[in-house]
Amino acid sequence: MSKATLERGLNAFREQVDAPVAAFFSSCVSCGICAEACLFYTETGDPKYTPIRKLEPLRRVWEQEYTLVGKLKKVVGLAAPVTDELLQEWQELLYDSCTLCGRCSMVCPVGNDIAYMVRRAREGMVASGNSPKDVQAAAERAVRIGSPMGIKYKALAAQVKHIEADSGLTIPIDVEGADYMPLLSSMEVINFPEYIESLARIFTHAGLSWTLCSEAFEATNTGIQIGSSDIARELVQRIVDGAEKLKVKYVIAPECGHAYTSIRWEGPDLIGKPFPFKVLHILELLDELRASGRIKTENPSHERMTFHDPCSIGRKGGVIDAPRRLMQMVNSNFVEMQDHGKWNWCCGGGGGVSANTEAEALRLKVFKRKKNQIEETGADKLVTACANCRLVIEEGLEEYRVELPIEGLTELVARHLVEDK
Amino acid sequence: MNESMDFLLWTRGTAFDVAVAIFVVGILIRLFEIISLGRAANLAAPKGSEFLPGMKTILTRTLPEGGTFKRQPLTILAGYLFHIGLLVSLLLFIPHIELFRETFGFGWPGLPNPIVDAAAVLGIVGLLAALWNRLTNPVMKLLSDKEDYLVWVLTFLPLLTGYLAYHRMINPYPLAMGLHILSIELLLVLFPFTKLMHTFTLFLARWYNGAMSGRRGVES
Amino acid sequence: MADLTTGTLGDTLRRNGVSRRGFLKFCTATASMMALPPSMVPVLAAALDNAQRPSVIWLSFQECTGCTESLTRSHTPTLESLIFDHISLDYHHTLQVASGHAAEAAREAAMQASAGKYLLVVDGSIPLGNPGFSTIAGVSNLQILEETAAGAAAVIAMGSCAAFGGLPKADPNPTGAVAVRDIVTDKPVINVSGCPPIPVVITGVLAHYLTFGTLPELDQYSRPKAFYGTSIHDRCYRRPFYDKGLFANTFDDEGAKKGWCLYKLGCKGPMTYNACATVKWNEGTSWPVESGHGCLGCSQPDFWDAGGFYNALSIPVGDISRTASYAVAAGVALGAAAAGINRKTKTEANRQHSTVTVDDLEKTS
Repeated sequence: MSKATLERGLNAFREQVDAPVAAFFSSCVSCGICAEACLFYTETGDPKYTPIRKLEPLRRVWEQEYTLVGKLKKVVGLAAPVTDELLQEWQELLYDSCTLCGRCSMVCPVGNDIAYMVRRAREGMVASGNSPKDVQAAAERAVRIGSPMGIKYKALAAQVKHIEADSGLTIPIDVEGADYMPLLSSMEVINFPEYIESLARIFTHAGLSWTLCSEAFEATNTGIQIGSSDIARELVQRIVDGAEKLKVKYVIAPECGHAYTSIRWEGPDLIGKPFPFKVLHILELLDELRASGRIKTENPSHERMTFHDPCSIGRKGGVIDAPRRLMQMVNSNFVEMQDHGKWNWCCGGGGGVSANTEAEALRLKVFKRKKNQIEETGADKLVTACANCRLVIEEGLEEYRVELPIEGLTELVARHLVEDK
Repeated sequence: MNESMDFLLWTRGTAFDVAVAIFVVGILIRLFEIISLGRAANLAAPKGSEFLPGMKTILTRTLPEGGTFKRQPLTILAGYLFHIGLLVSLLLFIPHIELFRETFGFGWPGLPNPIVDAAAVLGIVGLLAALWNRLTNPVMKLLSDKEDYLVWVLTFLPLLTGYLAYHRMINPYPLAMGLHILSIELLLVLFPFTKLMHTFTLFLARWYNGAMSGRRGVES
Repeated sequence: MADLTTGTLGDTLRRNGVSRRGFLKFCTATASMMALPPSMVPVLAAALDNAQRPSVIWLSFQECTGCTESLTRSHTPTLESLIFDHISLDYHHTLQVASGHAAEAAREAAMQASAGKYLLVVDGSIPLGNPGFSTIAGVSNLQILEETAAGAAAVIAMGSCAAFGGLPKADPNPTGAVAVRDIVTDKPVINVSGCPPIPVVITGVLAHYLTFGTLPELDQYSRPKAFYGTSIHDRCYRRPFYDKGLFANTFDDEGAKKGWCLYKLGCKGPMTYNACATVKWNEGTSWPVESGHGCLGCSQPDFWDAGGFYNALSIPVGDISRTASYAVAAGVALGAAAAGINRKTKTEANRQHSTVTVDDLEKTS
């Protein structure tokens, strides 16, 4: 069995340096502009949170292992080594103060995709045992129990029973040959079961064949958050197995940011083959159903509403226009935040930060940015499409004593569906 | 006894050949080092293409995003100022174009000397502002290491010596021109092994960034 | 040689029909050229008027006789040539009547008669590679120079060969040519560089020597500052075109016809220090740039090796395309090697990957 040692970490760093990483490090001229895109810097003013600086361990490995001058420096003892102390110090920078939101990657003048590198640097941090305890525990629960929050299928089955009883809707489970297999995040199972009810409403309304999978309902992937492809692979494989077993055509990612990244973008690479099914985000599906006229809504709300783009879905996932079209469909008083879409500011809890209690004080501090952004719109309601964003924002608003209802976009659409006769 | 002419001939002769050779070899080594590391195959179904969005990002990153400009006007203005001053001086001064024509077999029209002269002054001012910014801006100060200051010096010297030589402020002229050429040789020799490489690698970096985003259907 | 055996310079001039007015004009011009204050004009005139004929020995080594041609080939007699005529040129291969033993005897006689007072003029470089490369009466140039310089009051190195080694010294310098200053180190040596040098520079130096008994102020190359103090470029009448960025691209294009700057056609004016642009040649008729050809930089050391005459000054001396081509080939080879090493490191890292599981997330110490 392998062990979390510095050596394993260094090897992981070596594995993670690819051509883009090398091109990015070669191009950085320390201009510091990335700091201005990072809410951990803008809200604290502490230069240590400058995004590119968070990559110092990976940069050193790149320089010393993959460049001529770096190798020479190492030989003559001029190269600063990557030590366990360094990694320990950098844990705060690579985990507590980075949500992988990718905003820095959008502003870098030389084009460095810093978030891409942070994701890769975390592989070395995990391998060397320098990942946050809470996220480690969540990963352990995800692998051993099946969900980072420790819930099992039994809990979902109970929720499903409640919802079916309350709403009179049917929620199909393990139906082989169904077209759509939605995934859920455990947060939705526990905190927002409305989402499951909304799904049932929408699928029923649109007349689509769908099913939940008892063996693969959990969409979240702590492997992606902590930064371990090995763990992420195991979790993705469960979903692929479930979908293959039920022979579904579409797997639908839930209102959860990193789940979309893991199943839509990283999944096939992790298991090493393309999926035999298509992956859509629930908002993409809703937008398709809207466009094809399969879902019809009525009585658009006149409330002033704004939309928070989850980073993984918008800036990093390309689902930007769909939520706007859906908002327009159900709301007549939609207002954008100052920076929105691909320029949106993160809630502060992505990339595993919300699961990390060590990061909590900092997260609440930097939430100021999101709070201001929301307040500037004067909206009466905030709509989003990520259960994690939703919880983080709720908590943040509470901290700053701001009263504002938040709703998931799927629920909002489901509430406006034309009632079936 | 022939100090300044000997010096000039050395800088225009042996030293230039050596510097160009190290520059070319070094750049190629660096590019090979980078590209050889490869990129894992992308198996997820793409939402968009890679090539064109990559090319587009190469262009679009030349302009700052509005919010960033408001927060860091000095970094951006100084950056533009010295890059433009440098590029105009390097690429549009007729004696330089003659050098490129000799090297590549083709040239391009230049600008009248007073305009290049003004650009060089702006370049010098821009670089001084950039240095001041690096020394005072807390983020840049923390990020900067010796190499950042080294590349500043390497960039500043050719502009300064070029300006002094053009205005014949160092006598005799062969010494002035020799110093100017030597400063460029210094730049050429260290170029491939320092952050100056961004001149070339930023095209790779921007392309990768744009391509990876493009694949996900995002404009970066 | 003029038939002048006695009298002062003033006598010589008057005998040749030069008016007092013309003579003073010359003195004024010479004084201004040599950057002497106007108050020095009468001093200069008086000194020149009464100057006795100094003995001059002219040695020619590895040279082309262009310098002599330049000084003597005026079609009409000028004040410069008359002053030149006034000196007692006791030895000069090309110009003296005597030949063989008689010629050498004349040199030895002059050396004895004016020991410590004669002026030594040298044109041509001295070969050190093999004494046999250039001899006079079977005696090597080096030996003659050493012997003759020993009793000279001062040495004038006439032309770029004597001053800097010139063409014979051009790469690869097959004869091991050196300049006068490399041999004569214990005497004042004044370099009058140029290929050939401007006649008035010589008369100017002579006038200065005759007037003050000293050599004029010299620059770092031992050239009279009065003539070599500013560059061709700084005094060039085409300079405004350079400043405006208006250049002739070929010798017969519109730019060339309009008299635009010849920088692109290889003019070395910016690095060349000489008086051509102000004094001009052939009695002020014209000079190279005025006649449409760029300056070759002939008064600068090593001008033969300073890159192609028709290459802009900014173009390096070597064949830069060839250097770059070789460098590309070497770079590709070394780059491929570097790439191989990086791939090996990466492959090895992938091979050594040990799977991370939730059982080993915590650090083991």
